[in-house]
Amino acid sequence: MSDRIEVLKTYKTYVGGNFPRTESGRYYKVYDANENILANACQCSRKDVRDAVVEAREAQPDWNNRSAYNRGQILYRIAEMLETRKAQFIEELETIGYKTKKAKAEVEASIDRLIYYAGWSDKYQQVFGTINPVASSHFNFSMPEPMGVVNIWAPEDRPLLGLVSVMAPVIVGGNTCIILASEKYPLSAISFAEVLNSSDVPDGVVNILTGFRDELLEHMTTHKDVNAFFYTDPDIDQEQRKQIDENATLNLKRVRRKPVEDWLSEKAQSPYYITDFQETKTTWHPVGL
Amino acid sequence: MSEDSKKAETVEEKPYKPSSPSSKLDFDGFWEYDDAPQNADHVEYEDQYDLFIGGEFIAPEKGRYFDSLNPATEKKLTSFAEATQQDIDKAVKAARKAFDKSWSTLEAKERGKYIFRIARLIQERAREFSVLESMDGGKPIRESRDVDVPLAAAHFFYYAGWADKLDYAFPGKKAEPLGVAGQIIPWNFPLLMLAWKVAPALATGNTVVLKPAETTSLTALKFAELCKDAGLPDGVVNIVTGAGQTGSAIVNHDDIDKIAFTGSTEVGKIIKKSLAGTDKRYTLELGGKGPNIIFEDAPLDQAVEGVINAIFFNQGHVCCAGSRLFVQEGVADTVIQKLRDRMETLIVGDPLDKNTDIGAINSEQQYNKINEYLEVGVNEGANMYQSSCQIPETGYFCRPTIFTNVGQSNRIVQEEIFGPVLTVQTFRTAEEGIEKANNTPYGLAGGVWTDKGSKIFKTGSKIRNGVVWSNTYNKFDPTSPFGGYKESGEGREGGLHGLYPYVKLQ
Repeated sequence: MSDRIEVLKTYKTYVGGNFPRTESGRYYKVYDANENILANACQCSRKDVRDAVVEAREAQPDWNNRSAYNRGQILYRIAEMLETRKAQFIEELETIGYKTKKAKAEVEASIDRLIYYAGWSDKYQQVFGTINPVASSHFNFSMPEPMGVVNIWAPEDRPLLGLVSVMAPVIVGGNTCIILASEKYPLSAISFAEVLNSSDVPDGVVNILTGFRDELLEHMTTHKDVNAFFYTDPDIDQEQRKQIDENATLNLKRVRRKPVEDWLSEKAQSPYYITDFQETKTTWHPVGL
Repeated sequence: MSEDSKKAETVEEKPYKPSSPSSKLDFDGFWEYDDAPQNADHVEYEDQYDLFIGGEFIAPEKGRYFDSLNPATEKKLTSFAEATQQDIDKAVKAARKAFDKSWSTLEAKERGKYIFRIARLIQERAREFSVLESMDGGKPIRESRDVDVPLAAAHFFYYAGWADKLDYAFPGKKAEPLGVAGQIIPWNFPLLMLAWKVAPALATGNTVVLKPAETTSLTALKFAELCKDAGLPDGVVNIVTGAGQTGSAIVNHDDIDKIAFTGSTEVGKIIKKSLAGTDKRYTLELGGKGPNIIFEDAPLDQAVEGVINAIFFNQGHVCCAGSRLFVQEGVADTVIQKLRDRMETLIVGDPLDKNTDIGAINSEQQYNKINEYLEVGVNEGANMYQSSCQIPETGYFCRPTIFTNVGQSNRIVQEEIFGPVLTVQTFRTAEEGIEKANNTPYGLAGGVWTDKGSKIFKTGSKIRNGVVWSNTYNKFDPTSPFGGYKESGEGREGGLHGLYPYVKLQ
């Protein structure tokens, strides 16, 4: 054994392709399974949310303009990068109490989920788009289009798989997002940001914040330049649920509440998670000589 | 035109001057339009209507009725019952019972047959429905006859066929009905909006409690008669009349599974808020401020026809009306001149006259609202131009109006007027046009006019609207999904997409 002192990682946030600390300068302690301090995570503020929305909004048109093929490859690239760092993520999950087997299963399922959605990138349009046989002399078709910017609460448990499962269907459809990581276990999310950062995901497409849901709920649900809000925890407090819905009326934000009990199940993935964050655009054009 | 209308007041604006002797479509000088009234003798309606609950017409618990006027004559047409909480309870109970006992146990193909029957019955009685629609709501008979009523029948016919084919609609999922749907519809397309709501709900196996708008409930109650004639099981369709409070009783009813609302964004937000924290599903089809973009290379005469249709169709009482015109600078003067020329030929007047282009404003309230906006526009410094046509002295009529010299922040550019009032702005580059078009909280529908295919697709994909009409405007079809982005609503109606709001996917 050498006497070498280990270099510890500072966990920050991921906004616009950078890793800034919260502008508020606040932190909260994250513990491992034995109640030892693991890290000082950023306790993000309203300003952090707003900064992230600016980045996400700016990134959205370009991300949407990428070809579906290209978006699919980028999602696939995330999976490749995650595969090569499997060990790191398994270890990170172990520190918060996962048994090795369970940690391995979660990381592998996360990789597979990314591949699943990567494959959908150029297919959901064909499955869910329609050509409409209107009675008049017009060519008429309806296609899915991304809603825009989506605010997401990553599931509180399954800190990696949950995060990947809510992120992938949102971005594969051309949206950009701001994800609030699991409050109790935020570290996998920030490590995952490092994966995103090395996977050709354009800056600002995925932004990851850490902090307290209670504090950020209002800012994430009232922001008028955000098109949708997505959360999945089955046991959310009724008062909070109501608050989310009420705040969303401000700009008719689409609220998607999809309680998921088991993220490892096949049921936790489907193209309907993609279409939940799509609008339908119908185009008419006259047919004639 | 009636004699009365000939005496209408003169226009206050500058006298009309065509750009060249040949550019004015001077029908007035050469043609006298004779009256061409639609015969309404064969159309019967009651003096007073009760609520349609559980397959029967029953009096409202509190015994209150309210009058409905013909907006073209300001005379009372009939009166409707005011449904209160107890009546809504009854209607929901009837709908729930029908859902549990008859409708959800019925074979899907049989369910479909009832809906086909309804479609056929509407077609058989089409003329009667058209006349009543025009008398009750003020829209020109030509529109109710050629658009509203045939489309309503087509909607039922389209969705009838879906009833036993739902397994093909949602890949990998099984669709189940939600239960009881509460539906609240607006006054601009009374029977058509009823069809948009009722047809998909029934096809997917739900039962409904529907509230028509208080100024235009007549065709909904005629539709209730038709449901009886079709032998539809009692309680599958319930129709309750009343104003906002009646609607709110539906929205807040505990035993309703889904709310479908078409109306203003303001009310839509109130409804969304009242549903906060509940498991009720909802679709909202709300207001709009549709951009209509004309590029320099567009076929201008065709575009002008499109603009006229976009803003003056149904007196401009259309949520997807093309109420903001954006013209590329090089052709702006020409387009505005052509627009004025074409506006001069529009006939405003008796809704039951087959020559009428623009009928009566739906209600006094709406008439006042439009006039307020005209004042706001002038006070904001915009130039108002109204056609010099004659309008009847009685009834609520508004001349076709355009505003030029307006800015993005003008209220008449930002707010939905819901009348025959168009604002005209210009742009230089496509990017500028698109940015201006998107600069509104609304996102329902818009138009693009150009001869270049690639420009249509590029512009169409950049406009944040649920419907894009390229080189056309205000086209509707039961197979074609309709609905808004942003604050114009949530969900789609029409087409396969229109089934989704009425099912849970397992």
